[in-house]
Amino acid sequence: MFFWTYPIKQETMPNTKVIQVAGLTKQFGDFVAVDHISFEVEKGEIFGFLGANGAGKTTAMRMLTGLSKPSSGKGKVAGFDVLKESERIKERIGYMSQKFSLYEDLTVKENIRFYGGIYGLSRNQIGTKTSQILEELQLSEVGTKPVRSLPLGWKQRLAFAVSMVHEPEIVFLDEPTGGVDPNVRRQFWEAIYQAAELGRTIFVTTHYMDEAEYCDRISIMVSGKIKALDSPENLKKQFKASSMDQVFLKLAR
Amino acid sequence: MKAISIQNISKWYKDTKALDHISLEVGRGQLFGLIGPDGAGKSTLFRILTTLLLADEGEAFVDGLHIEKDYREIRKRVGYMPGRFSLYQDLSVEENLSFFATIFGTTIAENYDLIKDIYVQIEPFKKRLAGKLSGGMKQKLALSCALIHKPSVLFLDEPTTGVDAVSRKEFWDMLKSLKEKNIAILVSTPYMDEATLCDKIALIQEGKILKIDEPEAMMAQFERPLFAVKTNSTYQLLKHLRVQSFTHSVLPFGECLHLVTTEALSPESIQEQLRSQGFIDVEVSKIRAGIEDVFLDLSHKAGNHA
Repeated sequence: MFFWTYPIKQETMPNTKVIQVAGLTKQFGDFVAVDHISFEVEKGEIFGFLGANGAGKTTAMRMLTGLSKPSSGKGKVAGFDVLKESERIKERIGYMSQKFSLYEDLTVKENIRFYGGIYGLSRNQIGTKTSQILEELQLSEVGTKPVRSLPLGWKQRLAFAVSMVHEPEIVFLDEPTGGVDPNVRRQFWEAIYQAAELGRTIFVTTHYMDEAEYCDRISIMVSGKIKALDSPENLKKQFKASSMDQVFLKLAR
Repeated sequence: MKAISIQNISKWYKDTKALDHISLEVGRGQLFGLIGPDGAGKSTLFRILTTLLLADEGEAFVDGLHIEKDYREIRKRVGYMPGRFSLYQDLSVEENLSFFATIFGTTIAENYDLIKDIYVQIEPFKKRLAGKLSGGMKQKLALSCALIHKPSVLFLDEPTTGVDAVSRKEFWDMLKSLKEKNIAILVSTPYMDEATLCDKIALIQEGKILKIDEPEAMMAQFERPLFAVKTNSTYQLLKHLRVQSFTHSVLPFGECLHLVTTEALSPESIQEQLRSQGFIDVEVSKIRAGIEDVFLDLSHKAGNHA
């Protein structure tokens, strides 16, 4: 197909766990938003991070991406300490969300150049990446068109490619697929599969339970705690459910 | 007389055809689902039927009334819950409800029966500002407000978008009980899995209706053989199956792949073939099509490659 990714530089990843956290906690005054969560994510894994609105997903993800300092607990993301090396973490991860990713009034090329620049790529590197992305996504003809003029599916794949412009170890996808067009969604998951196959770790938050079934493993947060963590198949067995929706309903009620 | 009757409605926004000759009918007491992704034209159709937007072509009747000639009367008789919440964020729960009752010339007490089951769930928070409610509670309040004047037809534009699985389920349970009160409901959703909760559905994409039928009938009419194929190396298998001569289409579906074949094959023979190609752990089973399979199939026939 027409997606691109880069093999990850092995020397930066001596072990195969790209996320390891233990007892990670975040308190706001008396309110414990994230309550001692512990889990590990393997390199090349597609890890689904689920929970109802207000379960603590966003707070947990902010800690993992170096945006918020944990109140207690410890952990490493992309080889760096979540307490002491949050700036290094930010350099080694990619982030894409449905709400914020591309600048609609910049062209496709300008967006790539902008994000390449932010992540400190040289002019030459940006040039190479730009032609790679345009070619792999078959966007060469619209390179100088504003992003706003692209169909949703193209925008989404471009945003995904741009989030990996600096070859991060992990890409965090924060509620990536709104709109739920069945065609667009499948193209996007193929791009995710391809990135994972090349060794990129994918960390996805979503509240669409049927979407969770695309992940290798899923954790489900309820009131700040991880209440379940396993493959979709095992979770369905464990909760005697036929779909992730049912698993979620059993846990959340 | 049908609750809603739409005949050949079209609508353009500049050069974009938002609705392309839409025709459908909704019966009294029927729960009718308009199923399609963003940009399909669902909200445009809702605005036309609720007399907020004029169609460029075609005619429609709501509760037997013409959408242009009788627009004032229609506005009294329909309940409308637009995609974005229509509540006044800086009024309390109670104030929102009495506001809507007042502008329709009624009182909360007069039609309390109709909203009772829904309203009791948010009544403990009646002094709270609507802006401070959770997504699920806002949705219940918005539905109560759309019902307070006892409408004969209810328009719900993506009521479950962005709310979690628990609230979604509760909301569909509420719709079921409203239907029993003989209110016709037209509800739109991008979630294919909600289709089976409707009496009848229309699949819509890029302004065109792909198909109208009862969900069960639609699934039963899926013509080609369909298989669920499962393995540990999903992406490898996807690439492999895509180039096989017996493959009509193959798409990721959560944990497995859905394979549509061009000819009748047994699951065993597919399994055998894949094993001989090195997919040792593969499991193949013949399955019934779901609404999403139907949608994807029809949308490919219609030439969509989003």
